[in-house]
Amino acid sequence: MIPLSAYVAVSAILFVTGVVGVLVRRNFIIVLMSIEIMLNAANLNLVAFANHLQSLSGQVVALFVIAIAAGEAAVGLAIIIVVFRGKIATNVDQIDLLKW
Amino acid sequence: MLPVFFAYFALVSVVSGVLTVALRNPVQCGIALLSLLGHIAGLFVLLNAEFLAAVQIIIYAGAILILYLFVLMMLNLKTEERYLHRRYAWYILGVAVITVELMLMLLASDYAGMKGPATVEVVQQVGNSTAIGILMFSDYLLPFEIVGVFLLGAIVGAIVLTKNPTRADIERELL
Repeated sequence: MIPLSAYVAVSAILFVTGVVGVLVRRNFIIVLMSIEIMLNAANLNLVAFANHLQSLSGQVVALFVIAIAAGEAAVGLAIIIVVFRGKIATNVDQIDLLKW
Repeated sequence: MLPVFFAYFALVSVVSGVLTVALRNPVQCGIALLSLLGHIAGLFVLLNAEFLAAVQIIIYAGAILILYLFVLMMLNLKTEERYLHRRYAWYILGVAVITVELMLMLLASDYAGMKGPATVEVVQQVGNSTAIGILMFSDYLLPFEIVGVFLLGAIVGAIVLTKNPTRADIERELL
């Protein structure tokens, strides 16, 4: 039997990896991928606690998180295509049209 | 046998997560992300969430990741010479310290809590996907409908954003 803390530790490591990716990378597709890593870490946490507490609610919420991730990927990639088509930038730190 | 599988899935998913963030070529990052998603699905199986493991493979690896790779290969993003924010590189040290602290705290907790009714035996009787479906269409019906509207909005938003403006649109904007 694997202890719950092992799953939570894996989830924490993955979440921190995602945070580092968002902070450090400049290519914005990689930044979106790092957000996916963070969502996956949250999902792992939800499912681990659902198993530990013997309740299926965590799995249902994890399904909702996957749906939200799909929507986020679609809209995020659409924004990337628009930005790339306008030859505005390829890196996150060059997109500053909305900066006042 | 279970600890061996857990060690394999956990180790490979952490390594692929680090590779996703650290690799230079974006397509290789996508492949590393694919490996991460697959091994997280393996962890879901170990946690008695078979339906979620299948959904993870089908939606994440099959739809979302293909979308990423499609956009990556269509846009032909060049590998950057400077691919990191040097300014923020010092934050990694602080993040590492916080992580170690967090891990020590997590490993020391005992995670008590009130147990729910859905033990493994109860779920096994009807099957994992049936149990999730019954819960989703009864207790979580309103969030489910909200997610449906959200996905519709995301589809419409993505189409509107990427649609090429026609000549008539441009003229109307100029007026």
